[in-house]
Amino acid sequence: MTEKSTWQTKVGLAEMLRGGVIMDVVNVEHAKIAEDAGAVSVMALERVPADIRAEGGVARMADLHIIEDIMEAVSIPVMAKCRIGHFAEAQVLESLGVDFIDESEVLTPADESFHIWKHDFKVPFVCGCTNLGEALRRIGEGAALIRTKGEAGSGNIVEATRHMRTVMTGIEHLKGLRDDELMTEAKNMGAPFELVQQVAHERRLPVPNFSAGGIATPADAALMMQLGAESVFVGSGIFKSEDPSERAAAIVHATTYYEDPHEVAKACKGLKGAAMVGIDVASLPDEERMATRGW
Amino acid sequence: MTARIGILALQGDFAKHLEAFSELHCEALPVKRPQEVMDCQGLVIPGGESTTIGRLCQRFGVDEAIMELYQRGAAIWGTCAGMILLAKEIEGSDQWRLGLMDIAVRRNAFGRQVDSFETDLTVEGIPDGPVRTVFIRAPYVTRVWGDAKGMAAFDDKIVMVQQGNLLATAFHPELTEDRRVQQYFLGMVQQ
Repeated sequence: MTEKSTWQTKVGLAEMLRGGVIMDVVNVEHAKIAEDAGAVSVMALERVPADIRAEGGVARMADLHIIEDIMEAVSIPVMAKCRIGHFAEAQVLESLGVDFIDESEVLTPADESFHIWKHDFKVPFVCGCTNLGEALRRIGEGAALIRTKGEAGSGNIVEATRHMRTVMTGIEHLKGLRDDELMTEAKNMGAPFELVQQVAHERRLPVPNFSAGGIATPADAALMMQLGAESVFVGSGIFKSEDPSERAAAIVHATTYYEDPHEVAKACKGLKGAAMVGIDVASLPDEERMATRGW
Repeated sequence: MTARIGILALQGDFAKHLEAFSELHCEALPVKRPQEVMDCQGLVIPGGESTTIGRLCQRFGVDEAIMELYQRGAAIWGTCAGMILLAKEIEGSDQWRLGLMDIAVRRNAFGRQVDSFETDLTVEGIPDGPVRTVFIRAPYVTRVWGDAKGMAAFDDKIVMVQQGNLLATAFHPELTEDRRVQQYFLGMVQQ
């Protein structure tokens, strides 16, 4: 029997993206630079997170013409973002034929109580998380890929490491617990019991786990991969740097050979242009933090 | 002696391939440096992005290692992106490839991600009924020539090909529980 858009095909695409770099792009020229540098996928946007942060206002799903032009221009999978809870934006992106939808905290949330019920869609979704409970709630709703949130557009890795370590510690903590104890864990983290049980047995998330939000250098990428990320999303870090093309290639290099400091050093030494200017996340007022959007 | 199977781990779903082979009688390990590739008796090029894997192969000298492994007579199996990299011809694309198999392929031939699917396929040379197969943004083979032989087709499109020591599948046996395609490849390695 032939079945389209099964859970297996959705998580399968996430598996295909492992060991790679997914890059934010705002036009065809960026998309081609990303593809030439070895990106496994591009995220089509109207503005990168650093610009969204600087310009303010309501950030929405990108102009569909931009997304379509990018889909036309590259052969790698194209992702696009919709607002948290905005299932109509997601329906539109699905009808366009994008390969992955990011229900993203980088855009202004459309619903403060409910995320999208992602099982209703044929297209796979990626969602952000800051801890294990949040990851499992999103997977329960149908996310086929998880990324830790970090703090998008900050050029600062501190939140990305915090979220990745929190998720990995959460998984480790479940090791060896009995089912009665797992029920209490499920209650405390507000996550579906069956998924908590699955994580305890398999000692990993049921879907791939990538890192996002603050990666600006090859060493940042290597850090996140060593902390347990299976791929990295780089947003503002590439096209807000001085030389996007060389930086994109260097981050790919460091992601491929993340466990070998000599290779990561080579990737760093090849860089002539400066990294994006970062911001101290501790100085950000709560209302300007993107990671706290969604629940 | 158990065969050493290298899973090319530059990018892609190498972890799923490693899991699948770990259930079988062989030594499977991730390889991403030229010397690691050359130390294997069999090599799997996984699914992933063929342009990315191709660029990384070239950039880090893994392309030459794979060619040398092939010339020594080792068996090589490419799934999805791996099939594209093994093909001599890629329709409408000048992207880099190993170009070892007498096949022409079309990328993303069944459509975009929303058209990805699962189905049951009868595979020539694999007994005991159809194999459950997963196709993800998959290619298919538009033409075979020379010594290449089609082993399975979906909707009249060739999706599995063998040519001597080389095997190519448009689908992903590593994403299901069925290990018959892996067993078939191990048979090729041991010959």
